[in-house]
Amino acid sequence: MSFFKKLKEKMLGTTEEVQETVTITNKFKEGLAKTRNQFTSKVNDLVAKYRKVDEDFFEELEEILLQADVGFETVDELMEALRFEVQRKNIKDTAGIQSVISEKLVEIYEAGDENITELQLENEGLSVVLFVGVNGVGKTTTIGKLAHRLKGEGKKVMLAAGDTFRAGAIDQLQVWGDRVGVEVIKQAEGSDPAAVMYDAIRAAKTRNADVLICDTAGRLQNKVNLMNELEKIHRVISREIPNAPHEVLLALDATTGQNALVQAQTFKEATNVTGIVLTKLDGTAKGGIVLAIRTKLHIPVKFVGLGEQMDDLQPFDAEKYVYGLFAEGLEHESENEEDK
Amino acid sequence: MAFEGLAERLQGTLQKIKGKGKISEADVKEMMKDVRRALIEADVNLKVVKEFVKNVSERAVGQEVMKSLTPGQHVIKIVKDELTELMGGEQSQISFSTRPPTVIMMVGLQGAGKTTTTGKLASVLRKKYNKKPLLVAADIYRPAAVKQLETLGKQLSLPVFALGTDISPVEIVKQALEHAKEEHHDVVIVDTAGRLHIDETLMQELKDIRGIKEPDEIFLVVDAMTGQDAVNVANNFNETIGITGVVLTKLDGDTRGGAALSIRSVTQKPIKFVGMGEKMDALEAFHPERMASRILGMGDMMSLIEKAQANVDEEKAKELEEKFRTQSFTFDDFLDQISQVKQMGPLDEILKMLPGAGKIKGLENAKVDEKQMDRVEAIIYSMTTQEKTTPDIINGPRKKRIAKGSGTSIQDVNRLLKQFDDMKKMMKQMTNMQQKGKKKMKMPGLDSLFK
Repeated sequence: MSFFKKLKEKMLGTTEEVQETVTITNKFKEGLAKTRNQFTSKVNDLVAKYRKVDEDFFEELEEILLQADVGFETVDELMEALRFEVQRKNIKDTAGIQSVISEKLVEIYEAGDENITELQLENEGLSVVLFVGVNGVGKTTTIGKLAHRLKGEGKKVMLAAGDTFRAGAIDQLQVWGDRVGVEVIKQAEGSDPAAVMYDAIRAAKTRNADVLICDTAGRLQNKVNLMNELEKIHRVISREIPNAPHEVLLALDATTGQNALVQAQTFKEATNVTGIVLTKLDGTAKGGIVLAIRTKLHIPVKFVGLGEQMDDLQPFDAEKYVYGLFAEGLEHESENEEDK
Repeated sequence: MAFEGLAERLQGTLQKIKGKGKISEADVKEMMKDVRRALIEADVNLKVVKEFVKNVSERAVGQEVMKSLTPGQHVIKIVKDELTELMGGEQSQISFSTRPPTVIMMVGLQGAGKTTTTGKLASVLRKKYNKKPLLVAADIYRPAAVKQLETLGKQLSLPVFALGTDISPVEIVKQALEHAKEEHHDVVIVDTAGRLHIDETLMQELKDIRGIKEPDEIFLVVDAMTGQDAVNVANNFNETIGITGVVLTKLDGDTRGGAALSIRSVTQKPIKFVGMGEKMDALEAFHPERMASRILGMGDMMSLIEKAQANVDEEKAKELEEKFRTQSFTFDDFLDQISQVKQMGPLDEILKMLPGAGKIKGLENAKVDEKQMDRVEAIIYSMTTQEKTTPDIINGPRKKRIAKGSGTSIQDVNRLLKQFDDMKKMMKQMTNMQQKGKKKMKMPGLDSLFK
């Protein structure tokens, strides 16, 4: 059975459990439609154009990946792995190579690390999730969506309005709080965000909340003072609850280029980032840099943002991600197989 | 994890062709590989890079190497000149309507920084052009977007036209234009909602807004950190609604900003402004040459030179040089130096503009303590005139007095005296070296001076 068939079965389950999975997959597919169209049609073009797997083929494949913002180093790695694989399996024509490409992509992404995409929250007592990131990546929106998701799982969720800097940020979070139906702990604009966190943790404890999601102001990673402020926020949270924050999620805009790697590294140093939320994946950008972030910094992507609605936040699955990118190729291939 | 700049990258290739008088085709090919890689790592779109490399290669082959430059420097110069040219002239002027109000529309993806830029732009228009702008809150989708613009308006004491979120943006803009006429606003800046360039419904909305009264400017606001996708975004916005210029935001980050080149080359529209921070006056004119250096990882030398020129009195500089040479540099001169440096702005920003500064270990996070400079000043102010000119006479009791007078400790005074001494030695070395024409020099103590 081909890799894709296995993948498809894995993804869609056998029969009944599946209605939900299908919707999610569809959502994922929909969201990735544009991405996929461009990327996959390019790969398909490539396969059609080159019958043979030769240097020209590799060169063009390399370019496709570079245009997905994967970055040189990771592309180099992948190309090397592919060349090796092609030699080993003695692949001569391009028909069979799609599956090898996606297999290798997943392999590189996972790189022997444990694949933890689920949030690591406490079963009992209060868990704290801290959101960090540069300006305009979608932290507040993602928090709204995550609150909705966790609430749907039956958890009592509260939000802390830690972006006391940007005009209107507190109101923005409040609107999401109202939409989702969760309480928002806030202070006046301009107040100390660490104090907001302190208050919010106290309030969340008193009210027996399960999860407190903390918003912070967007900051460029090269602003030392602001990164120090973030460290302080992190410290205050840890002091109030041991092991907290249980998750530090870095919101990353899928449109971002190579700077995302520097972002991930610097935020990791300041706050020990435990996962990434890849936002705005419903555009034409591919967010390929997450491959590099994963291999170099070992930070996994936990969620992807696929739109502005409450339920437009989906758990990340490397296979699904690659599946999304290659969906057309997959359907194409399995049809062929059935024909035989 | 900052990427290597072009200059560092070229080192390897350059070793091979050192000392050649002409650049051969093979040399160019080899070097262009490095150029290609440097540009892609700076997030310039691959297609744009290919086109660029092709043009530059043609220009570079067979060129005589200028006498003053090594072949490598020469290639870098060609690359940089070409980049600068591609990014166009300095165009920060705005075309105002002959029949006010001038309408400026801000468009772009979510989170690019449209609302913040709207506030900054209004502030520039008022300050520099003496205009009376009206801000229009046409983002009815993102929660609290209207509120954000209203808050900015309050901060800047500028009027904001808002009708809440239940009325269509088209209607809001219509009414805003009438309101502007009544209130004699000569510029109207419309802050539209962030949208995906592939969202047909929302792109249609922009067309409808544009249809009310042809805007004099439509600015595409783009995040400087944008990757390869910048070409798609710029292309779609340009084709659908026809932009007139670009504002590049968040350039105060540490991104190379290759998106600038991508956008410029697919739209052919000028980059008019760059956003340099969250403060409301942090909107600057776009300088193609600086951007070229930045993309190539060569540091923002021009800005630094400009800042230095604006602040350092040339006469004084000459005088100082003389003093270095004759070793008659005193604490009074040192004070002068400090105040000049202070005028140039926050020190850590200045440091960041130095080429290669990103690579010096520790410097990327170096936070220069401005308070320490105040302390140094206080110590010097507590010295007598004689002590300032001949620091050698400062003995124990004198140190005690100076420390007391400046509210510091004897250790602080000692440290400053030692640093001053080191500095003098260094100056001597430097001036000696300049005369001998040596290149390498050590700068002991300079970094520790302000920590």
